[in-house]
Amino acid sequence: MKLVICAGPATTGKTSVLRHVVRRLLKKGSSPSYLKIDVLYADEQAIMEREFAIPSKTVYSGELCPDHCNVMVLGDALEWAENQKSDLLLVETAGLCLRCSPYVEGSLGFVVLEATSGMNLPRKIGPMLTLADMAVVTKIDLVSQAEREVFRARIKESAREIRVVETDALYGTGIDPLIKTISEAKEIVFPLYLRGNPPVGTCTICVGKKEIGWKQHFGVVRPLEGEIFYRGE
Amino acid sequence: MKIDSIKIMGGFDKSGANEAVEEVIFKMGDIASIVGPTGCGKTTFINDIELFANGDTPSGRKLLINDLPVNADEAVSDRHDHPVALISQHTNFLSDLPVQDFLEIHGSVRQHQNIPSVVEETLEFANKLTGEPLIRESPMTELSGGQTRALLIADAVIIGNAPIILLDEIENAGIHRTRALQLLKQYEKIFIFVTHDPRIALLSDFRIVMENGGMTKIIVGDEDEKAVAKEISKLDDVLLHFRTRIRSGEQLTSHELVAHLKSLGYLT
Repeated sequence: MKLVICAGPATTGKTSVLRHVVRRLLKKGSSPSYLKIDVLYADEQAIMEREFAIPSKTVYSGELCPDHCNVMVLGDALEWAENQKSDLLLVETAGLCLRCSPYVEGSLGFVVLEATSGMNLPRKIGPMLTLADMAVVTKIDLVSQAEREVFRARIKESAREIRVVETDALYGTGIDPLIKTISEAKEIVFPLYLRGNPPVGTCTICVGKKEIGWKQHFGVVRPLEGEIFYRGE
Repeated sequence: MKIDSIKIMGGFDKSGANEAVEEVIFKMGDIASIVGPTGCGKTTFINDIELFANGDTPSGRKLLINDLPVNADEAVSDRHDHPVALISQHTNFLSDLPVQDFLEIHGSVRQHQNIPSVVEETLEFANKLTGEPLIRESPMTELSGGQTRALLIADAVIIGNAPIILLDEIENAGIHRTRALQLLKQYEKIFIFVTHDPRIALLSDFRIVMENGGMTKIIVGDEDEKAVAKEISKLDDVLLHFRTRIRSGEQLTSHELVAHLKSLGYLT
């Protein structure tokens, strides 16, 4: 079983990229399963089933943070994909707070970014980019060559070792290096671990205490001026 | 990588037949045009060049640089000195940085030694292409269509300094076409225009005709066509003159038209 995790901000074209990926993987004789993790709404499962008839699943993270949800469900999902006789699980997930990343050690992780999102984006999204193996830049046909080059340089500045693939995901031009990397990915070996470190938990908020102001909370807190500290027993 | 020439080996048209043109060579300094009706595969052709097609695109074409096959993986994945710049119909600037600031950033990404001087050269070049000079303090998103096209071209030629520049139907954007071609000829590069514009097509060194996804022939202008091209330029100037008059809110007269045609010797 291979595991490929695709992350990226909303509406960057993750599904468009994955449709080209699935089409080409099927052509190569691979049999992928597809898992979509989203917060409130997702219709990608229907697209994958209708277009490619591959085993597909949607998980709504709801109250959970989607990256948290990813950690929770991924083990079961790999088992599910195994039962579907798949050789590869493709996971598409929303990136939200930009402090986590969903990538897993020993698997392939790529981020989908749109060239139209502004040249500073690569500096803003943290581990979703810096811990990815590849960055797929979409919508390149809509921006100037110059901005494309600056965008690319900014990606490289944030994530020195990353491979960048630029594509017009409508037609799938330029996507082949991604397919090649997926084909060459290694089989996963359990136990699996998240690649990145999750952010420090400010847990009273996480468990649902909604009152505003650090004095209302316990655990790791921070005032506006000053560093985080531990408050409580 | 120093590029002296690129060669495209023909693939297949939309019906799967071999392209009539088996190969076409572009040498440094060439200006070429791709002509043909909408949907005939012109844009696919220049995409093949941009992607260093190696029999792996739908057209099955192969691109050779200096007569050698290219490792697209290596060539495309190091974009910092990607040898191909593509300016298309819907290419736009999305950054709202001031023109000068953006050009400086692009200059540093391209690792130019003397950034102020390449920025100056770029602005000067752009201003020669457009009728409305660029203001260096204005945000790039506020540039007009013509200014944007002019700056895209100038930036690709000077700061990007790409040896191969592909221009996809840029004629509708209010740039001086004749002047653009004259200026571009001074740079040792390969320029390939996808165009419906007779003036650009006729001022090119040669043009590739496309139909149903395939290259059907290559036309090099002969003496007779060069004479025709001269006349077409004159007629185009007449049209341009009237276009300018209409744009500035004036009414046209038959007297004026006759005077123009007479001055060209078409009426006595």
